[in-house]
Order: sequence, then structure tokens, then C-alpha cells
Amino acid sequence: MRGIQNNLKTLSDEGIRAVAISVDSPELNRKYMLQDAGYTFTFLSDPKLEAIRRYDLVHTGQGEKGADVARPAEFLIDPSGTVRWRMMTENLFVRARPEQILEFAKQLQ
Amino acid sequence: MKRLNWKIWAGFVLSLVAGFSYELVFVRWPITRDFPWANLILFAVAVVLLFLGLRRAFKPDKRIVAKIFSSLAAALGVLLLAGFLFAVFVFGRWLPASAAAPQVGQKAPEFTLTDPNDKPVTLAQLLSEPINNKPPKGVLLIFYRGYW
Repeated sequence: MRGIQNNLKTLSDEGIRAVAISVDSPELNRKYMLQDAGYTFTFLSDPKLEAIRRYDLVHTGQGEKGADVARPAEFLIDPSGTVRWRMMTENLFVRARPEQILEFAKQLQ
Repeated sequence: MKRLNWKIWAGFVLSLVAGFSYELVFVRWPITRDFPWANLILFAVAVVLLFLGLRRAFKPDKRIVAKIFSSLAAALGVLLLAGFLFAVFVFGRWLPASAAAPQVGQKAPEFTLTDPNDKPVTLAQLLSEPINNKPPKGVLLIFYRGYW
């Protein structure tokens, strides 16, 4: 996430909009992600796991007090709504690197 | 003259550093995050120090207290290493298969979610609203576990 923020200018120069999605509430996103952590891209709340379920990313019982959360995953979607690239990590500690995303984004029309 | 068994202490402190520096420091850079080699090196040095300290404490002229303390320190150090290996290599891989997640080439499912200003936002909107006054080339969706 920090890597995305650090590369946000390069991403938007490439025409890529970064959007983070989690079960966290809008208040929590506003307070912790935007105000405290200083992120400036879009954070969306999915407390009922509507999108998370549609993308088959539910990680059962892994949240606070055994709540369901999203497993980490990244998708690059073109304006027609088609998935052009994705990263489904096999390890929580391994995430998509901004350079990988940028490199692919350059190939998008 | 009594001399401090510095190896056992250094080994113990270093294993603490090795165990906790991943979350606090090394997770910031992909090169030390994707594979925790920096932490594993620290642990390797810690284990060598603990072993040397333990060997010293178990020389015949050392007191029983020294043996007990050194054994405890060494055991805690090894426990930290085991915990770290478990967290990174076992717990970190407990992820759902997500077999039905959209594949490359497939349509991304539409959604309506709430932004930090409590406004509904759709994927279609995200894909069409201009960035720097130009139509976007794409949207990068980053699903993550949440703040806590």
C-alpha cells in the first residue's frame, strides 16, 4: 500500500487509478488511512463483503474477532471492464510491486 | 573473577531483534519483505551466539544459575525463531484458493461500494471518470485485509 502511494503520481500519469478495497468502514478509512497514514488514493468500504465475495476473495474468520476479511489480491482492469493483469499472492507477506504494475500499465492502450 | 557471558545475552537480544524487525523495519522494502533473508541472517547469527554462550555456561566451573539462565535464554531464542518461521512460511500461506476469482481476460464483476465521504462509488464510475483530465487507461483494484 505504501508502495502504491509512493508511485501514485507515476501511476496516474500512466492513466491508472488506484483503488483500495477492504471491510473497513468509511469512518475508519477516513480517519486512519487518509488522515493519519496520509494516503491520497481512493479507499472503498465493503463491510458486507459484497465485492469481496463476487471476486471470490473471502478469507473466513481472519479478521478482528473472527470476522471475514478479504485476502490480498490486485487486479488491473481496462476501461471495457476486462481484467488485464492480476496478482493473487500465495503468501500474505508477498505483494505486487508497483514496478510490475507500472510495467504492465505501460502496455495498456 | 566473574565475567559476563555476553554471547548468551547478545544472542538473546539479537533473536528478539531478528523476530520483531520484520514487521517494524524490513517489511517496508520488497527485497527484504518478499523473502525475509535479512531476518534469517540475524537469526543465524543469534543462534550461533546462543550456542557459544550455552557451551560456555555448561563448562564444569560455572554455577548452576548460569546454566539455568543460559538455557532459558537459548530456549526463548529458538522459540522466537520457530515462531517467526511459522508466521512467515506457514501462517502466511493460509490463504483461500479463490478459484472463482476473475481471471485475466474475464470481465471484472461490477460493484457499488462506499467511499470515505459515505458516497456510493461503482466500478463503472471508476473506469470512466477522468484522471488528469484524460480518460483512465485502467483501474488498479487492491483488495486488502483491513487496517487492524
